[in-house]
Amino acid sequence: MLQELIASYNYIIVVVIMMIGLWAMLAKQNLIKKCIGMAIFQTGIILFYISMGAKKGSTLPILEHAHDGAHHAVVAAHYANPLTQILMLTAIVVGVATLGVALTLAQKVYQQNRSYHEDKILEKLSK
Amino acid sequence: MSTQAPVLMIIAPLIASIFITLIGWFRPKFSHPIAVISLLISSIASIQVFQMVLSNGPQQYFLGNWPAPFGIEYVIDHLNSLLLVTISVVATLVALYAKRSVEKELPDKLANYYTLFVLLVTGLLGISITGDAFNLYVLLEIAALTSYALIAFAKGRSLMATFNYVMMGSIGACFYLLGVGYLFIKTGTLNMTNLSQILVSLHMSQAVLVGFVLIILGMWVKMAFFPVHGWLSNAYTYAPTASTCLIAPLMTKVSVYVMIRVMTSVFSTEYVFNHLSWHLVVVAMASVAILVGSMMALSQRDLKKCMTYLVVAEIGYMVGGAWLGNPAGMTGATYHIIADAAMTACLFMAVGCIIYKHGHTSLDTMKGIFRKMPLTMLGFVVGMLSMIGVPPTCGFFSKWYLISGAIEAGQWHFMLALLFSSLVNAIIFFRIIEIGFFGSLGSETPDPHEHQDVAVKEAPLSMVLPMLVVAGALIGIGIYTSDIISLVIQPLISATF
Repeated sequence: MLQELIASYNYIIVVVIMMIGLWAMLAKQNLIKKCIGMAIFQTGIILFYISMGAKKGSTLPILEHAHDGAHHAVVAAHYANPLTQILMLTAIVVGVATLGVALTLAQKVYQQNRSYHEDKILEKLSK
Repeated sequence: MSTQAPVLMIIAPLIASIFITLIGWFRPKFSHPIAVISLLISSIASIQVFQMVLSNGPQQYFLGNWPAPFGIEYVIDHLNSLLLVTISVVATLVALYAKRSVEKELPDKLANYYTLFVLLVTGLLGISITGDAFNLYVLLEIAALTSYALIAFAKGRSLMATFNYVMMGSIGACFYLLGVGYLFIKTGTLNMTNLSQILVSLHMSQAVLVGFVLIILGMWVKMAFFPVHGWLSNAYTYAPTASTCLIAPLMTKVSVYVMIRVMTSVFSTEYVFNHLSWHLVVVAMASVAILVGSMMALSQRDLKKCMTYLVVAEIGYMVGGAWLGNPAGMTGATYHIIADAAMTACLFMAVGCIIYKHGHTSLDTMKGIFRKMPLTMLGFVVGMLSMIGVPPTCGFFSKWYLISGAIEAGQWHFMLALLFSSLVNAIIFFRIIEIGFFGSLGSETPDPHEHQDVAVKEAPLSMVLPMLVVAGALIGIGIYTSDIISLVIQPLISATF
């Protein structure tokens, strides 16, 4: 059991990061802190994907320039999985866009209500 | 040309969004025609694809001609062909409807508005057509980001409501992405067809189970299923009229579609209903969702807000039907996706017409509305009758299949919840009839010559006409139910069960 946990420490760290982010998104009162939580949550998922594709001692998945690449049969085990990194490039773009929208909205809410505190804003809106 | 129809459907609004920004910068009034034309192209392409599916069975389209497990493929089968037609046609009608409403509410932001409008339709169509799990996530976020902006266009209270929507929406999307990651670790593929082939041998895996749960949870957040429905009501209520008309009917329905797609195509009904034993718990949650949505709708004094809670109740219909675990329930759920998209579009368009003339939709100020806006209220009545489930309209048939599925599965609470929801819809309907038809106009004593004082102040024809088309479609879908069931839904059900 302990062996397994130590062997897959990257996933444990990722889960901890994601939970910190999720907690901030749900429980924090400050809108900016919620945005930060969202960024942490998304970063956690990005690290999750990256760490699942990483491999010790592996090389770039480019066949022609690999170590003696042209002369040997292609062994998939020698290469890092490029797909997860490509997927995460897209996910980073999506995450940045979402964060931008969220921060813009937080700023607009602040201009309107002069507060980042959720309860105070709701109090003001309910008047 | 017809071989390229699947991609043309997505590309047309995507390219239009660029042109609307560029041309709209100098000539804002051109942005609306460009949007309508692109959506018309999209509709024609989707109808063409629908006919192809009906005559030749499921279609595949490989983007860039990369074969399936490596490249991204578009898959159009019986589950999504009709949904694609519904999305593109409803979007076209809402775009026509939006012209006057947007000119009134957001006169200086036409180009920005229509850019986001067509991008949202791109996202929705893309979610429905794609056969790749990660591509679906990207399009899910395109649709979500544009819908945040479309809602936040109306300043004031919509900003805070949108902020909550952004938070919940990104939690939903992140859960989906995480679930896809779990499936990717176990299978090494993102193609849905390929996933389902590999997953057959992995039914006992815990990681696959976690992936499934995360994806379903993510979609529940996105569709505002009961415990996580809090963001929906305010976001939809305070949004600009045209945004609500587009987002309320389509966004939640597409999320339901993704849930059904994952349940039936990526996983199998064998896995969801036989291997996992908690599908009836979800049906119980759906019953609660219907009850809560209906009760909240009943307690509202504002018509638009009342309608948003009816959407929450309708989500309960579809989730419950899909998780009943028998063909009748699944038939009801898939049919109700189409029916409910048309129903909510009709109702929100009618509410939008009232907002256009009155400025707000508080129930207390709607006295004499039937005489002031007869055509709008005609559409509203048809939409509401469909919500209640009166026979010629499509609402009756979806309820019929859902209830027969509930009886077949022995889920009496779900059947009672459906009937209760019908009852509540009827109460809301008659309350509006009472206020709008019999409510006196200002004078305390009813005046027999009163109707002569009321001039007809109808919303502009460009708003009323699309609404009446949707209202007609409600009856049309109802009349052609047997065709839709036998041609579209039956092949799907026989393939999955």
